[in-house]
Order: sequence, then structure tokens, then C-alpha cells
Amino acid sequence: MKTQNKRLLQRAYIVLIFGFMYLPIAVLIAYSFNENKSRTVFSGFTLDWYRSLFHNEMILSALGLSLVLALVSSVLATVLGTLATIGIHSMSRRTQLIVNNISYVPVVNPEIITGVSLMLLFVLLQKAGIGGEGGIFGWFTLLIAHITFNVPYVIFNVGPKLRQLDSSLYNAALDLGCTPRQAFFKVIMPQLTPAILSAFLICLTYSIDDFMISYFNCGTMQTLPIAIYSMTRKKVSPEINALSAIIFLVILAIILISNHMDSRAYRRNQAAIRKGAAEV
Amino acid sequence: MQLKRLCTLGAAFLLLPVCATPALAAEEIVVNEDISVSGDYDWTRFANDNITLNVYNWGLYISDGSDDSVDVVSAFEELTGIKVNYTTFDSNESLYAKMKSGGASYDVIFPSDYMVGKLIEEGMLAPLDYDNIPNISAIGEEYLGWDFDPDNTYSVPYMWGTTGLIYNTTMVDEAPTSWSALWDVQYAGNVLMFNNSRDAYAIAAKRAGLSLNPSSVEEVDQVMQDLQDQKSIVQAYVMDEIFDKMEGGEAAMAPYYAGDALTMIEDNPDLAFVHPEEGVNFFVDSMCIPSTCKNKEAAEMFINYMCETSVGYANCDYIGYSTPITAVWEMLDDDLKYSPIAYPGEDVMSKAEVFVTLPDEINAEMDSQWSQMKSYDESGGSWMVVIFLLGAVALSGFNIWRKLRKKMRDNY
Repeated sequence: MKTQNKRLLQRAYIVLIFGFMYLPIAVLIAYSFNENKSRTVFSGFTLDWYRSLFHNEMILSALGLSLVLALVSSVLATVLGTLATIGIHSMSRRTQLIVNNISYVPVVNPEIITGVSLMLLFVLLQKAGIGGEGGIFGWFTLLIAHITFNVPYVIFNVGPKLRQLDSSLYNAALDLGCTPRQAFFKVIMPQLTPAILSAFLICLTYSIDDFMISYFNCGTMQTLPIAIYSMTRKKVSPEINALSAIIFLVILAIILISNHMDSRAYRRNQAAIRKGAAEV
Repeated sequence: MQLKRLCTLGAAFLLLPVCATPALAAEEIVVNEDISVSGDYDWTRFANDNITLNVYNWGLYISDGSDDSVDVVSAFEELTGIKVNYTTFDSNESLYAKMKSGGASYDVIFPSDYMVGKLIEEGMLAPLDYDNIPNISAIGEEYLGWDFDPDNTYSVPYMWGTTGLIYNTTMVDEAPTSWSALWDVQYAGNVLMFNNSRDAYAIAAKRAGLSLNPSSVEEVDQVMQDLQDQKSIVQAYVMDEIFDKMEGGEAAMAPYYAGDALTMIEDNPDLAFVHPEEGVNFFVDSMCIPSTCKNKEAAEMFINYMCETSVGYANCDYIGYSTPITAVWEMLDDDLKYSPIAYPGEDVMSKAEVFVTLPDEINAEMDSQWSQMKSYDESGGSWMVVIFLLGAVALSGFNIWRKLRKKMRDNY
């Protein structure tokens, strides 16, 4: 009896937690099918907002900019960050501490400070004549800003993994005849790959998500969060619900597929091991 | 032979509608089924110059092709060969900040009245060349020459409207006619209020019989005191959430813009709208060209295009605010055309007041009083700050103590 109560409590707790996490998304998706524009009254089912979304050039171009920006800045930030991590790793303990702390500052800094200070820097450059007649602000400044706030996340994702690695592995590779480059790509990199991938995904999310820093550095361009924010005088259009629903489903699909592939690879691995053991 | 005759017949049929409609058709350039513009304007003179116009407008403040509306921006691109980079802002203040920061250079912007005045004062707008905007003649007299730009040297009206009181007829005992209803204790917890200092101030000032453009710091303090007194009965300070709250019947009354009230009433017929008797705010959102604009003539072409009847009609239909273009007003359904909400009569307009640019000191006072009012909490919220601070100090003290202890143990 007692254990049953306990189990009930556990269940309720889980339901509550998942409710808080997913109910808002469920509501959002439900209202993307709402016939009228209201966010409180559900009057009937329609797919109009999805159709309308694909005709709304402003939202689509903002989405396009956000996606391209996120991809490019994440790739560059991941490469830069990984290289930086390896560099930091081979420093003396003291310098390592200092450099790590310095690169931690942008993460704990409020975004608005990062955003405004980057903007001031760019304005300074613009005054110096860089960027020509059209001014410096635009794609270039956005990209630099996004790389800037993404790099620390890469360093703090890849760094711990690198520290976990046995440094004698690298030496062993050298002893066995690898050039340093081969040793890096064949021995170190494969072990870092999961950390690098997760760093890349984190960058991608932060970049798509970012409002504050983009807001100050976008010039006459407009990312998706900025486009949504500007709708608040009137009413945020249900097209945004539709768009969010699509984004959510795409991400969900990516997660499910990658999990599925992981588990398949694991099973194949296990099977290979068993087979190997049987042959011996 | 047979074929040839058929062709001639076809050609005749094609020509027929052109001949049938009077001279008008020859003058109009048809861009698509919804948009046609006047023919005696050289729309294509920049077609091969590869120009991009940076247009900065309020969010959702143009007919953009969504929800079965007309996409007026792409029709402009098609007509003129000029590319439009269309982006949006959420308030006059963010527009101002954006321009002031030097971070962006725009060609056409859409500030409201008082912001037009401020931008003129600071030399941030370029005077318009009306030779390139012949459609200025389409704008009704009564929407030109307001105080913020007396000769319309810098601005062309785009949309206008008034504020007013929207209320739920099932939740009030008698229909309110005065701003005082927002201070009525019987609606405590059922009243919404503007979440921006200028609009909220205007309501309190009008209720007190003062101008919504304060002339002294003392006046601001006095009116802000009224807003502070009101705070205990206000359910929430909101902007666009007003739509959902009013439509969903979560609040009895709220001040908002007349055009949006029409949208709300359409969704919830229980709602009604009134222009309070003390007077309301009349606003004009205008089109201007910043002084940093690189393609002024093309920008003027855009403004001229926006004043075309078919374009103005599409925008008016999509936004729901009132149009300053006479021909557009004439095209409206009678319901809307004579709607006392969208196009109020002389009794309302004579008492309506437009925002003007405030001196810096008064502006600063209004902002600081507003944020003070918002953060002021009768139940002693300031104590919470102290408690949190003490908690934080205690926590970090504990952490340091733990570290020290660990270090001592390690040493040992």
C-alpha cells in the first residue's frame, strides 16, 4: 500500500514536470490551427495560417536569415572554438586558468552588454571608414557578433572532454609512426567528435534564439526573433504559431532520428563484439 | 484563312474591354488584380539602377500578403524594379534608438506624430520633394498641417486613429463615457492599462482636464500621482495582450487604439467602444525620409506609391486603422465609412489632441516617474530585495567557509 502511494506520487511528479515543459508548446501548436486570430477563443479548425505563412515574404526571409546565420556562425564558431581549446590545453596551468576565465566572461555577461559593446565597436570602425558608403552594419556584423558569443560555448563544451583524454594516447600515436597531424585527426578528433557535435548544436540553438545581440548589430537586416518582437503593437500573428509548430516538429524529428541511429549503431557494435567473441 | 479570321476575332475580343472602359483604363497601370496605379507617373525610371530601398515600418503595419491580403511591397517591386528590404520595429522609441545609434541607414521610415517632431528637431529627416509625390493631393486636408510638422515639409500621413475606451457590455453596469471609469473601484482588478508611459499619461491627464502634453515637471508629477492611485485597481499593464484579454472576457475595460477596437469587436460582439468625453489622443503615423537616405528620389516614389488609392485601400483593409486618403475612404463599406469608431465626428475630433515632442527634462521626468510607479509596491516589495541580498551574501559566505575548510583539511 505504501509503495503504491509512493509510486502514485512519483507518477504525478513526472506528469507535472512534463506538463510544465510541454503544455505551452501543445497550446501553441493547437492555436496554430485556430480559425480566428485570438489566442484564447478556439473557434474552429483551419490550415490557413500554414498556407498564409508560406506567402509571407517578410517572415520567410527573416527565417531564412536566421537559419543561414545560425549555420554559418555555428560552423565557424565550432572550428574556432575547437582550435582554441586545443591551444589552451597545451598551455601552462596558470595561463590556462587565465585564458579560460577570460573566455568565460562573455557567457556570464548580460547579453545586452555584449550587444551594445559590439555595436559601439562597429560604429567606431564605421567612423574609421570601414564598410564604405553603405555602412558596416548588416550580414557581416551579425555574423561576427554571433561567432563572438558562440565561441565560449564551444570552448566550455570541448575543453572538459579534452581534459578527460589520456594524453599518452597522442604520444603513443606518435610513437607508432603517426605525424602530429595524423595523430590529431586519427586519434584525438574521433574522441572529441561527440563534444564538438553537441557544441555545434548548442551554438545553433543560441544563434537562432538570440534577440538582444542581433538587435543591436543587424543594421537594416532582420532575424526571426526581431521580426516577431516587432509585432507586439498589433497582435502577434498566428502564422508565428504555425512557424513555431513546424520548427518544433523538425527539431523533434531530428532528435528522434539521431537517437534511432545511435541505438542502431550501438546494437550493431554489440553484435560485432559478440560475433568476435564467438569466433575466438 | 480560317485561322487568320479566328485570330482577328480573338484580338478584337482582347481589345474589347480596353475600348469599353472609358479613358481611365488607359491612364492606369495594372500591376495585378488588386493593385493599379496612376499612369502619369514615371514608375520605371530606376528599373535598371539596381536600387534597394530600406523600409522600416511598424510590425504588421502593411498589407503583406498574409491572410488573403494583397502583398503591396512585392507589387511595388514588380512595378518599379526597385528592391525593397522591408523590416519592422515595435515602438517609436526603438525606431529612434536604432537611427541614433548609427547602426542602420533607412530610406523610408514610419514614425508617429511626436517622433516626427523629435526627428525634425534633431535634423534627422530630409525635406520631401513633392514633385515626386504628386499623390499628396489625395490626402484629406484635415490630416495635413498638424503641429509636429506644420507644412508637411518632412512627413506624409500614412494611417491615423484615436485612442478610446473599449469595454465588455456584459461586465459593466452602465456604459462608461469618461476616462474616470478606469479609476472606478467597482471594476477593481478588471481594468487594463497601457503599458507605455506616453499613452498612459495621456489618459490620466485628460481625465484631470489637462493637456496630454505637459508643460512643466510639476504637472507630470501631479498626473503621475493619479496613475499611482489607479495602480491598485489595474489588473495588468499590457499592450497587445489587450486583444486576448478583452476578446476572452478576462477584463471589463481597457484603453486602446480605435482601429484595433474594431478588430476586437468583430471577434467578440459583446465588446463596445467609446471616445471618452474628456477628449482622446489623435495620432498620425507618417512616412518620412531620413537625412542619411542614399536614394531619396526612389524613396519618394515609394511614398507616392503608398498614397495610391488601390494600395491605400489594401493597407487600410489589412491594418484596420483609419486612412487619410479621401478616395480610399470613399471606397469603404458604409458600415466602416460612417463608423463613429474609425471616423469619429466633429464632437470627438474637436476635443482630440495630438502628441507633440516634449522637452528633454519633462520627458525624463515622465519616464522616471513611470518606472517608479510601475515598480512601486504597497506591500513593501523593497523588503524582498534586502532579503534576497542577505540570502545571496549568506550563500556566498557559506561557500567560502566550505572552501576554506576543505583547503584546511587538504593541508592537514
